[in-house]
Amino acid sequence: MALPIWLFILVSVIKSAVVLVVLLTAVAYTVWLERKVVGHMQNRWGPTRVGPFGLLQPAADGLKFLFKEDLTPPHVYKPLFLAAPLIAVIFALTSIAVIPFGNSVTIGGYSIPLQITDVNTGLLLILGVTSIGVYGVALAGWSSNNKYSLLGGLRASAQMVSYEIALGLSLVGVLIMSGSFSLRAIVDAQGGHFWGFIPRWNVFPQFIGFFCYLMAAYAETNRIPFDLPEAETELVAGYHTEYSAMKFAMFFMAEYANMITVACLATLLFFGGWHGPIFGPPILQAVLPVFWFAAKIVAFLFLYIWVRGTLPRFRYDQLMAFGWKFLLPLALVNLIATAIAVAW
Amino acid sequence: MNVHLILFLAFGAVAVAGAINLLAQTHPINSALSLIAVMAALAGEYLLLGAEFLAAVQVIVYAGAIMVLFVFTIMLLNAGVEERTQGSRVAFLFGIPGLLLGSVLLGWVVLRHSGTEAVAAGALPGDPKTIGQLLFHEFLLPFEITSVLILIAIMGAVVLASKPPTHPPGVPARKVG
Amino acid sequence: MVPLSYYLVLSGFLFACGVAGFLIKRNIITIFMSIELMLNGVNLSFVAFAAHWHALAGQIFVFFVMVVAAAESAVGLAIIIAVYRTRETLNVDQVNLLKL
Repeated sequence: MALPIWLFILVSVIKSAVVLVVLLTAVAYTVWLERKVVGHMQNRWGPTRVGPFGLLQPAADGLKFLFKEDLTPPHVYKPLFLAAPLIAVIFALTSIAVIPFGNSVTIGGYSIPLQITDVNTGLLLILGVTSIGVYGVALAGWSSNNKYSLLGGLRASAQMVSYEIALGLSLVGVLIMSGSFSLRAIVDAQGGHFWGFIPRWNVFPQFIGFFCYLMAAYAETNRIPFDLPEAETELVAGYHTEYSAMKFAMFFMAEYANMITVACLATLLFFGGWHGPIFGPPILQAVLPVFWFAAKIVAFLFLYIWVRGTLPRFRYDQLMAFGWKFLLPLALVNLIATAIAVAW
Repeated sequence: MNVHLILFLAFGAVAVAGAINLLAQTHPINSALSLIAVMAALAGEYLLLGAEFLAAVQVIVYAGAIMVLFVFTIMLLNAGVEERTQGSRVAFLFGIPGLLLGSVLLGWVVLRHSGTEAVAAGALPGDPKTIGQLLFHEFLLPFEITSVLILIAIMGAVVLASKPPTHPPGVPARKVG
Repeated sequence: MVPLSYYLVLSGFLFACGVAGFLIKRNIITIFMSIELMLNGVNLSFVAFAAHWHALAGQIFVFFVMVVAAAESAVGLAIIIAVYRTRETLNVDQVNLLKL
């Protein structure tokens, strides 16, 4: 049953607010997870002082960012210097709007999808929003009027544009298999099992596509081993050298929000979204899909952190060569092979 | 005033403001950002016209790739505020009347044809499937030709932007910068 | 419901702004951006007419315009970089000689 318009708006507002709060909390706790996991990998404890297991550390960090002095260096180009972190964080948070978290729930006879909005070009929207997100980094680098920032901004824009091609092409295989841009339809196409026991996830037929996606996603989110735009050993801090306090925190939030979006996308496109074993009483059956979805995302975030704790940083020419000479042809081959297999 | 018209006017206002700002700004990066605003507003207009796939492509290709290339070049060449010269004043004399003439002409069009049939929101299904079928059946040949064009453009860009060839023997390399 | 002429006026205005920018701007990159603005104006009229005449071909044309714009900007910016390398200026008034 379709919702009346006022109820629709009310539900949308509530959904947006809930998703935003959950996302920002998730961002804060991803930072905590990263510090904790990397700490243990390096034989340290990570944060332990604030709260049990350092669990209140994100709150302390947030307060610290709020109360730090917000410096604006005198030589910067002010309008863009102020706008850049906003651009970065806004577009990082926007792309979550089309991510579905689970099936519809039925409340009072109305079926409400667990998603802010279901558009049938959802995937394209995410790609578009990520491609606009480059401007935050590029403009931050340029407007800082600092050679390290400029180099970081240049690197970021070149890297993100280059890897976006591989990212887009790696997803086309999945699109061919499911025949839709709608994320919900893509997830629905992954229900059931191959031969009765292997889940019908796209990662099995599309493992090359998944590999390309994962590599390109690391580069798109500027994470190790592709974090050249902020390589601290060569560029001080890259594009956010001149930023402090809340403006720096915005870049930080944007980076982690992007990580979460990328993990969501990987889960939805390759790992069957919210599909998983469903059992137990009805209330558990309603909650389990969301739980599986969250669990898969946490697994991806852990992978991110694991890679960060393991791999060194690439050189810039290696990064570009990897993107253009290896990843792009591989994605193309995967695309052609998938097309032939589907047409067969 | 219905919702469709209000949205049209809102996006249109952004586009117009962006276009004027592009002309008014002297620094290329500000012009580039205004152009991005125009493109985003146009994507909104496409959505109103039902061309949702086109809107997405507009954002991805124009705002996300072409304009990034522009911003990248501006950053790379460290383009500063443009300087006014003799020639620009002459161009100004031609440009302003041209703009006025265009506006008058357009005003005439509005007055003359203000009764034209209205375009409904989402009048045409511009969804990816329909577009794809059209693109790969009816427009297959132009599609292939544009792919050749792109290939040539890639090669041209690589040749042009790559490092200048090693200077011929006997001629000393010119010191730049 | 928006009359077709409104879309055409907007598209014409964008095109006119592009022409004006092409004429008055002296920075070669901004001139180039004016061309993109003109193309965008034309694209809008294509899409509006496509909706008006119920012919999807209009939207397909926009794709081709975008492809050509992408190719053009890649080559054009490469030329701009090459020009900057030899002339060390982006002002078109100072790039008026065929030979250095």
